[in-house]
Amino acid sequence: MGPNRTWLLIAPAMLVIGVFMVLPLFLAVGYSFMTANPYGGVTAPATFDAYLQFLYQRDFDDSLVFSPSYALIILRSVYLAIATTIICLVLGLPVAWYIVCQTPERRRILLFAVTLPFWINTLIRTYCWILILRDEGLANGALRHAGIISDPLPLLYNDGSILLGLVYTFLPFMVLPIYSTLERIDPRLIEAAHDLYAGRAAVFRRIVWPLARPGALAGATLVFAPALGSFLAPDLLGGGKKLLIGSLIQMQFTSSRNWPFGAALSTVVTVVVLTVFVIRSRRVEEERR
Amino acid sequence: MADLELRKVSKSFQNLKVVHDIDLEIAEGEFVVLVGPSGCGKSTTLRMVAGLDRPSGGEIHIGGRLVNNVQARDRDIAMVFQSYALYPQMTVAQNMAFGLRIRKVPDAEVTQRIARVADILDLSELLHRKPHQLSGGQRQRVAMGRAMVRQPKVFLFDEPLSNLDAKLRGKMRAEIKKLHQMVATTTVYVTHDQVEAMTLADRVVVMNKGRIEQIGPPNDLYHEPASRFVAGFIGSPGMNFFKCRLEARGDRLAVVLSDGTALAVPAARTARYAGHAGRDLEFGLRPEHITEQRERPDTVDIKVPVEVVEPMGMETLLHVLVAGTEATARIDPAATPRPGEMATLSLGMAHMHLLDLKTGRVL
Repeated sequence: MGPNRTWLLIAPAMLVIGVFMVLPLFLAVGYSFMTANPYGGVTAPATFDAYLQFLYQRDFDDSLVFSPSYALIILRSVYLAIATTIICLVLGLPVAWYIVCQTPERRRILLFAVTLPFWINTLIRTYCWILILRDEGLANGALRHAGIISDPLPLLYNDGSILLGLVYTFLPFMVLPIYSTLERIDPRLIEAAHDLYAGRAAVFRRIVWPLARPGALAGATLVFAPALGSFLAPDLLGGGKKLLIGSLIQMQFTSSRNWPFGAALSTVVTVVVLTVFVIRSRRVEEERR
Repeated sequence: MADLELRKVSKSFQNLKVVHDIDLEIAEGEFVVLVGPSGCGKSTTLRMVAGLDRPSGGEIHIGGRLVNNVQARDRDIAMVFQSYALYPQMTVAQNMAFGLRIRKVPDAEVTQRIARVADILDLSELLHRKPHQLSGGQRQRVAMGRAMVRQPKVFLFDEPLSNLDAKLRGKMRAEIKKLHQMVATTTVYVTHDQVEAMTLADRVVVMNKGRIEQIGPPNDLYHEPASRFVAGFIGSPGMNFFKCRLEARGDRLAVVLSDGTALAVPAARTARYAGHAGRDLEFGLRPEHITEQRERPDTVDIKVPVEVVEPMGMETLLHVLVAGTEATARIDPAATPRPGEMATLSLGMAHMHLLDLKTGRVL
């Protein structure tokens, strides 16, 4: 096979990437510059209206009025995604470290336990949280039974319950990359640190954490990106009272029938996530040098 | 005074006892090498001295202080690991400074100590590199430097050269020896390589199956091994062993091989072996004492078939069959026979060893 025909070998891979990844992205970006069709879909003419909608509302007389409500939804979403990432990191690092310290056989069992939720449908898992958190749910029932409270605590339908749902859903995405980084650490590095006068705290701060950081960064990306666009947990555990981007996007393509705005929102989420991703990989590269 | 002392030190992992009641005294400034095949307990012994493993029994004293319950970081020892255990995220200088920083040694002194050690180890140009930018030999030197800047009471080396290629290993071996001649810190060095043990040690500790087989200066171990294990382990190529029977011939003794060949035992050894006459034993002779024909006192000539010839340049190794047993001879290259030929070789009986078949002890 001549060198000018070798491209044939990668053509199938390029086709898959093109059809399933690049093309939908271009479609989304393209749709975001169109006008909404009241019956769904998009029509001509091309316009920036969808992006203007982030900050302005079109009044009856067609003048633009500043309206921060969508911007606030985006900010709230970013804030919740960041909070989710931080909590996952704080919980995930010790869990990953604990698993690494076990015997190979126990490691396998624990890793399986971490991935266990993947085997159950996310919708069902999220509904289970409702059963636990609602006023007559397991949590309140147990607390009442123990005599700690008399009236049920409002555990459901607030930012806290959304956060809980997000952390619960995405924690494995933090644990697994950190685990795979820590697993590769030569145990001699830690022994050498003990030999070099370091106590447990110093070993963690100066050795384990710096070496775990690439894994933590990978985990942070894997948690942040889907948490930002997530709509199941916010809808079910937040009760749909407070919108997040994910739910907002979903609404644009269903009840609101505003495809361009939905596409514009998707584009913005994609750009935010890609920016985070690029910054991250730059930093990892810098550290390698 | 013993600087490092092990008294009846043992170690078990679950039900498996890997180190059996080791007694060892190491004098201040002494370079002691623990040598043995993998799994002999040498690394475990070193790790117990370092404080990375706890002894199951016995006592370890460093500088007269019982350290069984003292943590690694408070033992005033410095260990050099086989894998070097350099921190990939730190530069050479940061790696070397790590221990001192944790000890909160003043900056000026850290800089000064690193500069001095870097100068000795020829690392000055590399201080700002990271470990992955260094060659194997350079990493090894950084690992040693990290131990040296701490000016510890005892250096512990865990197979520090086994990740290097043969040529570099020889070079670093000489450097380690030179360093010890300069700083003369008490050193315990673990290796499976008997050449390293022989060349570096003031005293060699040969270990096998969790026990000490023999302790002594390299030349003593080589010429007067206490057991078959030591005789076979020290020296390369290894000692030749033949099944034999010790028989009295008049007022002299003779080693009779399985094919009936009788080899006269030197008169000087008669008294030593007299009590064993008539017993089935093992006869040991090093390759350099099976040579081309030489006129020397106490040599016996035998005619043997040559199987393989290995020219080494300054000498030639012959693989021959002596009474049906494979043996190695070291001969002058000028006298090299061809494979398949019969060669007349001289056995230097003055250097013979007789071993008890059952206990493996040298008689």
